[in-house]
Amino acid sequence: MFTKINKPSLLILSLVLLSAASCKPKSAGNAVSKDAASKVYVPPGKYDEFYNFVSGGFSGQLSVYGLPSGRLLRVIPVFSVDPEKGWGYSEETKPMLNTSHGFVPWDDLHHVEMSMTDGQADGKWVFVNGNNTPRLARVDLKTFRTAEIIELPNSAGNHSSPFGTENSEYIVAGTRFSVPEDGEAGDVPISTYKENFKGHISFVSVNKETGDMNIAFQLKTPGVNFDLARSGKGKSNGWFFFSCYNSEQANTLLEVNASKRDKDFIMAVNWKKAEEYIKAGKGKKQAVKYAHNKYDEQTHTATSEIKTEVTVLDVTEFPDIVYFIPCPKSPHGCDVDPTGEYIVGSGKLAALLPVFSYDKIQKAIAEKNFEPEKYSGLPVIKYEAALYGEVQKPGLGPLHTEFDANGNAYTSFFVSSEVVKWNIKDLKVLDRQPTYYSVGHLMIPGGNTKKPFGKYLVAYNKITKDRYLPTGPELSQSAQLYDISGDKMELILDFPTIGEPHYAQAVPASLLLPKQLKIFDINANRHPYAAKGEAETKVIRRGNQIHVYITAVRSHFAPDNIEGVQLGDEVYFHVTNLEQDWDVPHGFGVKGAANGELLIMPGETLTLKWIPDRTGMFPIYCTDFCSALHQEMSGYVRVSPKGSNVPLSFSLGDKPKKAEPAVQ
Amino acid sequence: MKKKIAPILSLAFMIVLSSCGNSGNTGAVTEKAIASPAQNAAQEPAAYDPKRGEGKFDETNVKLEAPDAARAGQGKAIAQTKCFSCHKTTTEKLVGPGWKGVTERRAPHWILNFITNPDPMIDKDPQVQAQLELCLVRMPNQNLSEDEARSILEFMRQNDGAK
Repeated sequence: MFTKINKPSLLILSLVLLSAASCKPKSAGNAVSKDAASKVYVPPGKYDEFYNFVSGGFSGQLSVYGLPSGRLLRVIPVFSVDPEKGWGYSEETKPMLNTSHGFVPWDDLHHVEMSMTDGQADGKWVFVNGNNTPRLARVDLKTFRTAEIIELPNSAGNHSSPFGTENSEYIVAGTRFSVPEDGEAGDVPISTYKENFKGHISFVSVNKETGDMNIAFQLKTPGVNFDLARSGKGKSNGWFFFSCYNSEQANTLLEVNASKRDKDFIMAVNWKKAEEYIKAGKGKKQAVKYAHNKYDEQTHTATSEIKTEVTVLDVTEFPDIVYFIPCPKSPHGCDVDPTGEYIVGSGKLAALLPVFSYDKIQKAIAEKNFEPEKYSGLPVIKYEAALYGEVQKPGLGPLHTEFDANGNAYTSFFVSSEVVKWNIKDLKVLDRQPTYYSVGHLMIPGGNTKKPFGKYLVAYNKITKDRYLPTGPELSQSAQLYDISGDKMELILDFPTIGEPHYAQAVPASLLLPKQLKIFDINANRHPYAAKGEAETKVIRRGNQIHVYITAVRSHFAPDNIEGVQLGDEVYFHVTNLEQDWDVPHGFGVKGAANGELLIMPGETLTLKWIPDRTGMFPIYCTDFCSALHQEMSGYVRVSPKGSNVPLSFSLGDKPKKAEPAVQ
Repeated sequence: MKKKIAPILSLAFMIVLSSCGNSGNTGAVTEKAIASPAQNAAQEPAAYDPKRGEGKFDETNVKLEAPDAARAGQGKAIAQTKCFSCHKTTTEKLVGPGWKGVTERRAPHWILNFITNPDPMIDKDPQVQAQLELCLVRMPNQNLSEDEARSILEFMRQNDGAK
């Protein structure tokens, strides 16, 4: 592929020659048929058919792409500060990134789960997880903004989340790293892993109307590593299935020591039963510390509350909640088919794909068809008793499975870099297509629901080399779109993503279009520092704090000249965008501010804190193009020495105004 | 662009197809894109009445009554939030033209149409286009409700000394 290329025609020729000569499925770019472009082409002025919500991995953000075009529509800031939108820089959004560790400006966002009604996406919210400092977030699909973030106690490496029940009664979050419980109890030798390290699974309830999240309870489980999960659906509603690795309970050189056993487990949880025990008061209250952050759309302000208690149910004390099912080997994905009957466990080090049956699991439990030896005190169902069947020789390194509307499953194979289509009933492989390269998650619109839409499949790849123009050692992250409407899958598009994409979900655009909020109603703005009109603008001093109530409208700020700020002052610019027109945000930047910008939506108020570090003249300006006179949308702030006799004053046009008398 | 490369690409694909025997399932392309509102709104009749403007108001549904001071007061309050950043109540131009005399220059239903539905009128009305050449900022749609718009009109009448 590193042929010296001088002209585009040579590139095409070389590709053709390469393809023709090798016919290897992995030569880059030959698996595309000639009508691929027309299948992904969305003409100017037309919208895509699906919204695709894609995890932004270590960027900490959630990205939104249109399908089939692969156009990037938006990056929604969630767990990481985002200078483009001022997320985590404005005083109003800083509380969203608060944790029990204080302000944490980054996380590692892995998985995406739509809110559900009757096992189908309802388009209200999308939930995502922060892997590193364990958190769950809820993004409002009316505003495409993060509305709530809740930290998870007793957890570390919040990987096995967020996965929801079929009416989003709960979003669960399983810890990837088992750890001793929070607090002083954590100060134990690492070598005591087997005694002291426990897994915790948080059941976070979701208010059906408001979306408000609450940690309803946690299950304390044996110390394994939880990887992924799926709730049952339909007949298996009421159950949850978690893949777990490191059943060896090793704590060093895991690549060897956590891969010793031939089989690890799928952990089946009867969550309805657990819920009953919690309602009957069987859970134990435990003192912990975690942050719960909410964004209020009316005050345009987030609040962060530190909570100090969680209810924990130790599953070893309640023998009818948890059952282990052996699963070869180091299971990663754990996926339930649309009927709720079949549970696919993907052993990432296994060369076959086991499919478990919900009915057989129930039968095995009823007949106590268990292994003679328990695992950490909990029953282990016999492999054959739970197994529906195995897909033989499907590929190497199965990771994730999604489903279409026609009874077929699609599994990603990391090691052999391919997507394999197989039939759920007869377990026969129907088709396989290469990916470029090392596919991780895959996604079919509705592919995790009771009613998949099918039509497209997106592969989210771990390696991108040679797919796009080189950009130094680091290449763009990569997704690939396949048309799955025919018998054979067909690669129709590569598109770059922000990295690293893990799971994603997609919903029809028509589900979200009618809900979109275009402006914040200025009359409903209840921000305590809002200025609803230029008549309400002012500058006040409160001790060493200067509060500037400033408005933005095409094409000026009011006021645009401020004097009387002194060194040692903290200046708070409370900027209200007076526009009531769709797509007219204003930006706000201050020279030398050790902070970001503000990006203020129509009708919204946001606050930038600035502590001047020197005397002189500091321009302020609008950062987001707003009109032909956008460049003129600017002003000056004069900073004088401490104790200066320059009075605090502000003006717009030729009407200077004295500041109100100092308060307090 | 697309047309130019098409022959080369199709040649390339023919070679690929013939050499690899890839069946290249084409599958019926079903509707994959949905029309955006801009596209839906593209076809409008050319007839524009500069006396009436464009919108839901006309002579039949706008009848002026005796000045209503209370309503004018409401209109002023709304204007302080949504209008006075750009308009003065005198003849002086700020970002937009001063309001003094506007109710004498324009029919009431024209004003109501313009302040609730500015974009199409900025695109079509010759006098508004001339105004745009002076101000160079399109009047934003401030999402006024019908009731808010009528209150602002009442304030404009009061500002012009309506009796």
